[in-house]
Amino acid sequence: MALSHLSSSSRSSTLLKPLTTSYLLRRPISTDSTPLTIETSVPFTSHQCEAPSRAVETSSKELLSFFRDMALMRRMEIAADSLYKAKLVRGFCHLYDGQEAVCIGMEAAITKKDAIITAYRDHCTFLGRGGTLLQVFSELMGRKDGCSKGKGGSMHFYKKDANFYGGHGIVGAQVPLGCGLAFAQKYSKDEAVTFALYGDGAANQGQLFEALNISALWDLPAILVCENNHYGMGTAEWRAAKSPSYYKRGDYVPGLKVDGMDALAVKQACKFAKEHALKNGPIILEMDTYRYHGHSMSDPGSTYRTRDEITGVRQERDPIERIRKLILSHDLATEKELKDIEKEMRKQVDDAIAQAKESPMPDPSELFSNVYVKGYGVEVIILSSYQLISILFFHDICYH
Amino acid sequence: MAAIFQGLGAATALSPSNCFDSNKLHYSSRRSLSGRKASFFVVRSDGSVNFASNSRAHRAQQVITNAVATKADNSAASTKAGHELLLFEALREGLEEEMDRDPHVCVMGEDVGHYGGSYKVTRGLADKYGDLRVLDTPIAENSFTGMGIGAAMTGLRPIVEGMNMGFLLLAFNQISNNCGMLHYTSGGQFTIPIVIRGPGGVGRQLGAEHSQRLESYFQSIPGIQMVACSTPYNAKGLMKAAIRSENPVILFEHVLLYNLKEKIPDEEYICNLEEAEMVRPGEHVTILTYSRMRYHVMQAAKTLVNKGYDPEVIDIRSLKPFDLHTIGNSIKKTHRVLIVEECMRTGGIGASLTAAITENFHDYLDAPIVCLSSQDVPTPYAGTLEEWTVVQPAQIVTAVEKLCQ
Repeated sequence: MALSHLSSSSRSSTLLKPLTTSYLLRRPISTDSTPLTIETSVPFTSHQCEAPSRAVETSSKELLSFFRDMALMRRMEIAADSLYKAKLVRGFCHLYDGQEAVCIGMEAAITKKDAIITAYRDHCTFLGRGGTLLQVFSELMGRKDGCSKGKGGSMHFYKKDANFYGGHGIVGAQVPLGCGLAFAQKYSKDEAVTFALYGDGAANQGQLFEALNISALWDLPAILVCENNHYGMGTAEWRAAKSPSYYKRGDYVPGLKVDGMDALAVKQACKFAKEHALKNGPIILEMDTYRYHGHSMSDPGSTYRTRDEITGVRQERDPIERIRKLILSHDLATEKELKDIEKEMRKQVDDAIAQAKESPMPDPSELFSNVYVKGYGVEVIILSSYQLISILFFHDICYH
Repeated sequence: MAAIFQGLGAATALSPSNCFDSNKLHYSSRRSLSGRKASFFVVRSDGSVNFASNSRAHRAQQVITNAVATKADNSAASTKAGHELLLFEALREGLEEEMDRDPHVCVMGEDVGHYGGSYKVTRGLADKYGDLRVLDTPIAENSFTGMGIGAAMTGLRPIVEGMNMGFLLLAFNQISNNCGMLHYTSGGQFTIPIVIRGPGGVGRQLGAEHSQRLESYFQSIPGIQMVACSTPYNAKGLMKAAIRSENPVILFEHVLLYNLKEKIPDEEYICNLEEAEMVRPGEHVTILTYSRMRYHVMQAAKTLVNKGYDPEVIDIRSLKPFDLHTIGNSIKKTHRVLIVEECMRTGGIGASLTAAITENFHDYLDAPIVCLSSQDVPTPYAGTLEEWTVVQPAQIVTAVEKLCQ
């Protein structure tokens, strides 16, 4: 799975017209990096700042990688749904299908030096940061090869080498962590930014405003991204927030409202936000998005919204369909080629699941590993009647 | 397994300070510095107790005429030089030395910067290190603790100060879920080398909300270490050790102990985080205590010694995990345990310690463990009532007398 991190800002392009069809039919579909400029379908709405232009620079290669990666993510989430129903995944499982454009667009605008932290709907974000399908499915099934060695579960995916900081179960608690990451970036003069993602439900958490205040005071490169899928589990946004204009709730902090189902709009907004945060401090992005599944696998998702609403969004705003239409209308690939890509993604997912099922459960000794980090100090040994077993046990509990 | 036995063998060959009372007290300390080499002089806490004794303990020594235990000689660690300072200055010294040593160390908290700290622990540091390393935060414990933890995930070493430990209750979610558990739930990817410190305990009529003992609430959180300092010597040593530790450490200070004066060594030293301190060796009864109650115990010890008892007083210092090695050796000698703590009766450190001792050393006990704790009431404002909520020396004396019957 290839994730392209083209920053089309590096291309000096003055083109505003699409490439001609005859030229395109001859060249291979996924390698053309000639710049393409596409307008977002919905304009940006801004608060305390000037909105970026609607014209987004992209390329055939990038669009096809968007399609490929979003198709993979969609497949992965649907497969996770089946695994959960087959009782191979237990506990909580929060699926991201419908929202793929947010993490894909974000990745296209940033580098791995920038940090991302999100809440528990993190499978696709993890994949976007470079995680593998095997790591995802192994962790979901609680196996050794999972990204957190099977000890975290669906809500605790992390990838330190890609600056992906998880993966958090308590609503809103990741936002102060994210501002702390931004603080560390400023402290170490990294010239990188942190994207702290949260939902419309978490937007009402006090710690968010506390952290925003501190970030604005200290000029931290923190970008708070509200993935507004309009429902905080079963509570619609108008029932939970007096002001559902989440991009305005930063008050003195500028904000931007983005069509979160349009990967290109997300990319443009994140690029804009990164430039802003590095110079001027925090900014809020509100991604107007939608989730097809319920809040989690235990929520049917239809008691608080109508099926018509869900199918309506799927027909009109689906992120993958949008990119498909773009690709087809610009003749960047044929329908068959796109279908083949989807089949290939399906196969990749099935293979990964099969491999993950082979992965063993964690060793019993892993129960006590990684509780503490071994460091300075006395080797405290319990002298009890359980003698050696206790010695080893306690040793492992404390120092591993 | 081999590693542990090696450790056993190696430790008994350590300097005389470690085995100074091995003949008298029938135990040898099996301690070795794990892992990294120390490039500085590490002073063993039990070896330096007498050297670093505060004024009250010193007076207690002079009164003893008929006690059984002989005071151990000063260890190799003691020096005649050294400088006298107050406990909050010792904390500051430790903090400053660590900030000089490692540019990743930073301090954040309310009024720690320009104001100098509400208990003066960080006075002068903002001028020296600037606003990016000594950070004044708004009054938002939940978020700035979370920010400290986020920063620690990337490798910075923040020290988060709660102006009063009680305020950290607002950050409980961050401390429990993120600070304690992230190392585990990330499969070992992230370490959280954060230090959370602040004064707690019952002060002088500060009222219920400002007299809380949070060690009882935090003790169940897996993944954190808790230590309580009680003298300028161990305050500085524990502060330094906590900063250097890769694990999250909560350092409990006490509001009434900040002005204790003591002479501490000039050379650099740290105190081991998981080790208890032998305050006064003895034969008749083991008294386990920590923080301010250590001084009530030592006061009671004076009276007890005059009455002919020989209590062994151990400052447990490490509240999580307990130093069951030192404690166990003591129990095997005296067979009687009295725990004196400032936590509430229900669910306090004493309760956990009682359970741990019963589980491990039941066979060595001649009498049930007695635990003296504070009353299960909010701390009242009135001075007389406040006095009755905490354990007083007279109660300790009575308890020992009953225990030793």
